[in-house]
Amino acid sequence: MHLQHPILATIEPDVLARVVSRREALRSGASASSAVVAGLAMASVPVALAALARDVYAQAAAPSIVDVLNFALTLEYLEDEFYRTGLAGTVAASLLPPELNAIQQVSKHETAHVNFLLAVIPSLSGTPVPKPIFDFTAGGLFPDVFSNRVTFLALAQIFEDTGVRAYKGQAGNVASNPGVLTAALQIHSVEARHASQIRRLRGQKGWITGSDIGDLPPQSQPTYAGEENSIHGGADAAPLGAIAAVTEAFDEPLTMEQVLAIAAPFITG
Amino acid sequence: MPADGTRSITLSSISQLWEASTRRGFLRVAALGGSAILLPTMFAACGDDDGDPMEPPPTEGVTLDLSSDPGVLNYAYALEQLEAAFYTQVALAFYPGITAAEQAVLTDIRDHEVIHRDFLANALGAARIPDLMVDFAGANVDFGSRFSVLSTAKIFEDGGVAAYNGAGRLLKDLNNLLIAGKIVSVEARHAAAIRDLLRPGTRDFAGDDIVDPSGLDQAIEPGAVLQDSGFGQFITTPIEIIS
Repeated sequence: MHLQHPILATIEPDVLARVVSRREALRSGASASSAVVAGLAMASVPVALAALARDVYAQAAAPSIVDVLNFALTLEYLEDEFYRTGLAGTVAASLLPPELNAIQQVSKHETAHVNFLLAVIPSLSGTPVPKPIFDFTAGGLFPDVFSNRVTFLALAQIFEDTGVRAYKGQAGNVASNPGVLTAALQIHSVEARHASQIRRLRGQKGWITGSDIGDLPPQSQPTYAGEENSIHGGADAAPLGAIAAVTEAFDEPLTMEQVLAIAAPFITG
Repeated sequence: MPADGTRSITLSSISQLWEASTRRGFLRVAALGGSAILLPTMFAACGDDDGDPMEPPPTEGVTLDLSSDPGVLNYAYALEQLEAAFYTQVALAFYPGITAAEQAVLTDIRDHEVIHRDFLANALGAARIPDLMVDFAGANVDFGSRFSVLSTAKIFEDGGVAAYNGAGRLLKDLNNLLIAGKIVSVEARHAAAIRDLLRPGTRDFAGDDIVDPSGLDQAIEPGAVLQDSGFGQFITTPIEIIS
C-alpha cells in the first residue's frame, strides 16, 4: 500500500495502521459501513477508505437503502461513461454490426439506469453521489481500451458480469422497500441480458461456467471468483447434474467491498 | 424393443397413463411410432368397486399460498417444472435443421431448468406441489418447427424473468430471495440467448419490447403470469392462488 496519498498522510499513524488493516479486512470480505459509501460521495475510493479512519472503531453496519442505490449509481455511472466514450471514439468504427447493435442498446440502458437512480434517490430523501472521474485504461493496464475492439469488449463483459453480481449482492439490503427491491430486480435482469449477449458476441457461453474467465485477462478473475459455488441456502446442488451445468445454473452475488475493489482501478477521483 | 427399432414403454398400471411423467413418456413414444406394452397386472383393477379404472381420476388442482415463502417457492417450482418439461421434450428430438450452436444452447438451458426444478423440489421437500400436467400440443407448440420451439422458449424465458422479478417482494426470508436472485439471473441470460437465436445480431436480446424506457425489465405478479394468456395455456392442472 502506498502511503503517499495526501489525505492518508494527514491521518495519525496508529489510526492509519488501523485503516491499513481495515482495508485488508475489506479486501477479505468484512462488511462495510456506510462510511465507504460516504467516501464515494466524495468521488474517491482512496478517500472512501480514509473516511473509514473516522469510523474505524465503530461496528460495521448494513448500508441504508440510499447507500445501496448510490453504490448502484456509481456502477451505472461507470458503465454509462464507458459505453458512451466507446461509441463516441475510434473503437466504435471497428465494432462488427452485431457488436455495435449490442453496445448501442446496452449504452442506452445504462444511461436510463443512471437517470432512473438520479430520480429515485431524492424521492427517498437521499442525495445522489456525483459522477466519479474514470480511467478505463486502469492506470495503463488497458491502454487500447478505446482503440481496440477486443479490449473494449473484454472490459464490457467484465463490467456487465460484475454489475449482475453487484445487484444480487444488495437485494437483501433493499428488501424492506418492496418498490425499490422490485426495481433493483428489474435492473439486475437487464444487466444479465447484457452480460449474456456480450459474452456470446465474444465467443463465450451466455452463462458462467465455474469461475472460468475464458479468454479474459487474468485481472478479471475477481469478477468470477466464487462462481464455482454450488451451495445455495445451505443445500448443495452438485448432485443434481454435471458440475459445469450446476455452476452455470446459478449466478453468485458479490459484496459491496468486492465490487468496489474490482471498480477501484477504473476510478481515479 | 420391437424389431423395427421403435421404442416402447412398459406400463404396470392403467393409472400410470394419468400420471404426468409416465403419460408424457407414453405420448412421446406413441408420437415416435412406438408401442405401449401392457403388463397383466394392469387388469387387476378391473374388479375394483371404486369405479371404472379406464376413466381418468378427477384432475386435482394445486393451491399456491403466496402469503408464505413455501407458496412463493412452489410458484417458482411450478414455472421450473414447465420449463424443464418443455426443454426436455425439445432435446429428445431437436427440430430439423438445428445448428450445433443452437443445440448447445438448448441443451444447456435444458440442463439448467432441470437443475432449477430439482433444486426447488428438494428445498421444498414435503411442502412441494405435485407434478403438474402440461400440454404443449394443446397450446399449438410444434416441436418440429425451429420458429415454434424458439418462440415458445422466448415466452418461457421472458415470462420466467418477469415472474421472478414480480415475486421477489413476496419472499420474507432473505435467503430465499437470494436463491431466487441467483436463478432469475440465469433465466435472463437464457432469455437474451434465445432472443438472439431468433433475431441474431440485433438489439432483441434486450429489446425495446421487453426493457422499458427506464431500462427496467418486466415484473409481473403471479396471477397474471399463470393466466391462460401466459403460462396457463401450457398447464392443464388447475392452479389456485391465495395471496
